[in-house]
Amino acid sequence: MTVTPLGIPRRLLEFTIDDEKTRVPEGSTLLDACRAAGKDIPTLCHGDTLTPKSTCRICVVEVEGSRTLVPACSRKAEPGMAVRTDTARVRHSRRIVLELLASSTDLSTTPKAAEWIKKYEAKPDRFGPDAARPGEGPRVDNDLYVRDYGKCVLCYKCVDACGEQWQNSFAISVCGRGFDARIAVEHDGPLAESACVYCGNCIEVCPTGALSFRSEFDMRAAGTWDESAQTATATVCAHCEVGCTLTLHVQDNEIVKVTSPHDNPVTHGNLCNKGRFGHQHVQNRD
Amino acid sequence: MDLHFGAGGPTDDERAAVDELLGPPTSSWEGADRRDADLRWARGGRAARGRRHLLLPGLHAINDRVGWISAGALTYLCRRLTVPPAEAYGVATFYAMFSVEPRPATVLRVCTDLACAAAGASDLCAGIESRLGRGVQVERSACLGLCERAPAALAIKAGDPVRTAVSAPATVQEAVLAASSPDSAPEEPSPTTAVPQAGDPSLTLLRRVGVVDPSSLDDYRAHGGYAALRRAFELGPAGVIREVTDSGLVGRGGAAFPTGRTWQAVASQPDHPHHLVCNANESEPGAFKDRVIMEGDPYALVEAMTVAAYAIGAHRGHLYLRGEYSRAAHRMQHAVDQARARGLLGDDILGRGHAFDIEIRRGAGAYVCGEETALFRSLEGHRGEPREKPPFPGETGLFGRPTVANNVETLVNVLPILAMGAPAYAMIGTERSTGPKLFCVSGSVDRPGVYELPFGATLGEVLRLAGVRDGLRAVLLGGAAGSFVGPDELDIPLTFEGTREAGATLGSGVVMAFDDTVPLPRLLLRIAEFFRAESCGLCVPCRVGTVRQEEALHRIGERTGAAAADDIALLREVGRAMRDASACGLGQNAWNAVESAVDRLGMYG
Ligand SMILES: Cc1cc2nc3c(=O)[nH]c(=O)nc-3n(C[C@H](O)[C@H](O)[C@H](O)COP(=O)(O)O)c2cc1C
Ligand code: SF4
Ligand code: SF4
Ligand code: SF4
Ligand code: FES
Repeated sequence: MTVTPLGIPRRLLEFTIDDEKTRVPEGSTLLDACRAAGKDIPTLCHGDTLTPKSTCRICVVEVEGSRTLVPACSRKAEPGMAVRTDTARVRHSRRIVLELLASSTDLSTTPKAAEWIKKYEAKPDRFGPDAARPGEGPRVDNDLYVRDYGKCVLCYKCVDACGEQWQNSFAISVCGRGFDARIAVEHDGPLAESACVYCGNCIEVCPTGALSFRSEFDMRAAGTWDESAQTATATVCAHCEVGCTLTLHVQDNEIVKVTSPHDNPVTHGNLCNKGRFGHQHVQNRD
Repeated sequence: MDLHFGAGGPTDDERAAVDELLGPPTSSWEGADRRDADLRWARGGRAARGRRHLLLPGLHAINDRVGWISAGALTYLCRRLTVPPAEAYGVATFYAMFSVEPRPATVLRVCTDLACAAAGASDLCAGIESRLGRGVQVERSACLGLCERAPAALAIKAGDPVRTAVSAPATVQEAVLAASSPDSAPEEPSPTTAVPQAGDPSLTLLRRVGVVDPSSLDDYRAHGGYAALRRAFELGPAGVIREVTDSGLVGRGGAAFPTGRTWQAVASQPDHPHHLVCNANESEPGAFKDRVIMEGDPYALVEAMTVAAYAIGAHRGHLYLRGEYSRAAHRMQHAVDQARARGLLGDDILGRGHAFDIEIRRGAGAYVCGEETALFRSLEGHRGEPREKPPFPGETGLFGRPTVANNVETLVNVLPILAMGAPAYAMIGTERSTGPKLFCVSGSVDRPGVYELPFGATLGEVLRLAGVRDGLRAVLLGGAAGSFVGPDELDIPLTFEGTREAGATLGSGVVMAFDDTVPLPRLLLRIAEFFRAESCGLCVPCRVGTVRQEEALHRIGERTGAAAADDIALLREVGRAMRDASACGLGQNAWNAVESAVDRLGMYG
């Protein structure tokens, strides 16, 4: 989570990125520093409201003296570091990571995936037609949201959002191990029999579209989902006196999903089930 | 945290197994009958989190009693410990020894890993499967750490108490007997049989194995035991750390870290408590030295941990012992209990005012839990997944506290260091690799076992000592995470610097010899299978890369030359990314053996 603390200004550290001197406040990650320096670092498991587990490894950079590459999203900047963001080694790992991901996961709704695959010249087909895939179908077991784990890159963001980092519901976890690892509720059952409170905060952080509003899922299936035809309207949730900021995404006069701004100091993008899904009542109220 | 528990309850057996570990429940929230007092009962926050570390022992308790972990049993355990059921399910499904699906009470694990494969494990497995009915689940297992007696099989029969029996070297008949009635299976041979040099007066680390009675504290003391701890008390904590630093001792667990430095780092941390962890997860294929020490000289480890704890200012020691090592676990537990009863563990050790105790925790089948940060997560009751370093364990380790994590062999080296003094110890071995070293020699040799030699012995000397057979084709140094060297490289000195210069690695001291009757492509495939199966799944390069590596080796099969070239190129590219971008040593080393087979042995060429 990148929270800028108020109060005493933090000490500045000096180090180099691609041979250019840079200064960032103590505690900054290399990703913060690289982005401040205008470098284009791809990220998947990093989210602006969460502390990343650094699982995807697409953000790796080279740090002088380090045996391996390091994930920019979690490594803290240190004075005197020499960081390189676009060496052959870095590009190689990013390309392979993209090939491994795209050969095992449906990235069709992952923003920027196609762009990165092109940029890094990744060829996911090279592993042949028999390359193993988890082969999960979408789980449509409730009216509010769909879990399509064939699109999941196991970034752990939904688990962290549902658990200790935000929601404290702990309804989902990673289960299994290695290539068989999956996101699941207890006993891998349906959502309705779990601790899920339908806050949708996992959907908010999912970087791949593996988790989506039922409305979006159905419209995509019907071929009617069209982001260019959608408007986003800011409003305030009327369900309780907290008054969370909502963004209503509307297509053809229908609310198709509800989000909240990640930089909002109250919600950080999180809502409760009334804010997230309560519009269904609005719409049903004719 | 507002937890939601499913409706299903435990069976009587499951409840009894959990209650035996945790005591009876105290309120209906924990699953007891409802009483008035429950209305005033609350446990949340810190108190609840404080019990999370009991999750793994709880899962063991259920699995040991029933053979698998049902939804009702898991829910009951979660209630007792205030753990979210989804997380507990994630933990239960992480470990190879647990099952959340019903299965027979008896599981027979037949090792099909490197040494056992070379000793005919696949025929053994087929024979066993044709003889055993559905009452026993036969599983093909990763290395069981019994390579000196390959091929090996381990039977585990759930019940009260759980029974285990080892059959090694196994025949179909003996393995079937072990599985069908573990109680009447013949006793395992003494650990002495794993030490061909036993009784040799020049031994240091292994000198008591096969000489002392491993159950007797008196016998241990009669053979020099507890002299090192007395010496430690004379030196004081800073003096002990100085000796260990001056001795040049370097960790034997694979990462080759200077031990004195890590101890000093923790000792000087103002944040308390400090923790000591002994890493006895020993799951590297080909490694079995830690098992032999724990089975043959268990008090040495108890004493060594006590010295280490005194030096770093820790009052709690955690021995994380590989789940499959049941004899080692029994002997260590007995030794810890005896030491406690005699005032050698507890509040006031030897009347010197130092308080220290050891808790033994069983792993549950996960190689990755040997990685120190994964080991801490496992001990804390979470999935055994590594985390990014820094911060290093010396600063943020077990339960977020400054922690020293050392290998078994590293720790027992501290005893001779204190006994002979740092200068004398540093004279053993070479300048940069000091002291004696244990080697786990197996495969195509006449006398497999653990060998102790001063650092500096060459690969050829070690192999000759073990009676290497004719027709040597390759030696795997350092285990599955290590690398192959050829028969023309036997003059490599087995030191940290010598192996590094040769572009190989010493790892944890595994030396596996393979003669030309062993099909190398099959071995490589087995290594690839091992990494795929043991990847924790956290990071993409390893989670998917190990699968693509195994697929490519399958495709190549016995092909060579141009017919294999494309897949070799692919392996190289995936391997390079696994090495560069994986989060922990498992993924970073998953391609070492394959790479060395291609580049040094000329395989597929
Ligand atoms: C996948 C993996 C498995 C490991 N397994 C073990 C093990 O079983 N025992 C061990 O002592 N160290 C193991 N290590 C090394 C530990 O992380 C750590 O470096 C070691 O316990 C430190 O102790 P030392 O300094 O005494 O060697 C493993 C490392 C990795 C990456
Ligand atoms: S909707 Fe909320 S409670 Fe349910 S799984 Fe997602 S984050 Fe957890
Ligand atoms: S469902 Fe989405 S947020 Fe959750 S792990 Fe998968 S990709 Fe990440
Ligand atoms: S390298 Fe492999 S074992 Fe290590 S964290 Fe990544 S997936 Fe897990
Ligand atoms: S964005 Fe850094 S590892 Fe995923």
